[in-house]
Amino acid sequence: MLTAEDKKLIQQIWGKLGGAEEEVGADTLWRMFHAYPPTKTYFPHFDLSQGSDQIRGHGKKVVAALGKAIKNIDNLSQALSELSNLHAYNLRVDPVNFKLLAQCLQVVLAVRLGKEYTPEVHAAVDKFMSAVAAVLAEKYR
Amino acid sequence: MVHWSAEEKQLIASVWAKVSVEECGAEALARLLIVYPWTQRFFDNFGNLSSPTAIIGNPKVRAHGKKVLTSFGEAIKNLDNIKGTYSKLSELHCEKLHVDPENFRLLGDILVIVLASHFGREFTPACQFAWQKLVGVVAHALAHKYH
Repeated sequence: MLTAEDKKLIQQIWGKLGGAEEEVGADTLWRMFHAYPPTKTYFPHFDLSQGSDQIRGHGKKVVAALGKAIKNIDNLSQALSELSNLHAYNLRVDPVNFKLLAQCLQVVLAVRLGKEYTPEVHAAVDKFMSAVAAVLAEKYR
Repeated sequence: MVHWSAEEKQLIASVWAKVSVEECGAEALARLLIVYPWTQRFFDNFGNLSSPTAIIGNPKVRAHGKKVLTSFGEAIKNLDNIKGTYSKLSELHCEKLHVDPENFRLLGDILVIVLASHFGREFTPACQFAWQKLVGVVAHALAHKYH
């Protein structure tokens, strides 16, 4: 369960990205494809070179979904309902990949925020991403 | 045996040369205990672990973190024989300490995040790949003697 303090920290850190959300999304995906090459199997139709339009476009979508989740942090199931359907019935991405994406998002945030990515923020983001992953996986079976 | 490309070896060595084992070791262990509180079960004799501040300031956490990351350095010196290097340590964690190997993976991912926050943009995607591979191989080697 996310505590009130966790929620506050997540909202603060998200606020600090101000305007760089798209870049954060693209960087996260780019790192994921790089650090965990098997994740590329879900994107055979993508141009996976750095900074490609498709990586940027998809990064933007991922970050928009996370932004929506943060705005509706007390009701993630509802906020991510469509995305949960999409993952369960259409995309069928093995849920283990959500953890890999979470790790790469954390690395991107740590790179950008340096010391501001404190242990407390780290813990809050980790919990939040686990909660998002649980919602995305809840309709699988 | 795990194969390391010349580029991977270089990326690992160049980051490692700039790592403060004392600082990053303490920080990685503290973050492990904060982000995944159930890992505290192995450290009952460490005293006050009641809050992030207590954990960060706990001298036993600092000392043990340094010890852990120093040992990690042995893997870097012996990239082509990580299993052999950690054979005794793996036995210790299995037979005496009874540590679930999942903890090695958690600590490895945390170490990567700590390095990212220390090195910023220098910690490139290629660098992250090499380090994720390294922490994975180390975790695997530490779990090797479990039976």
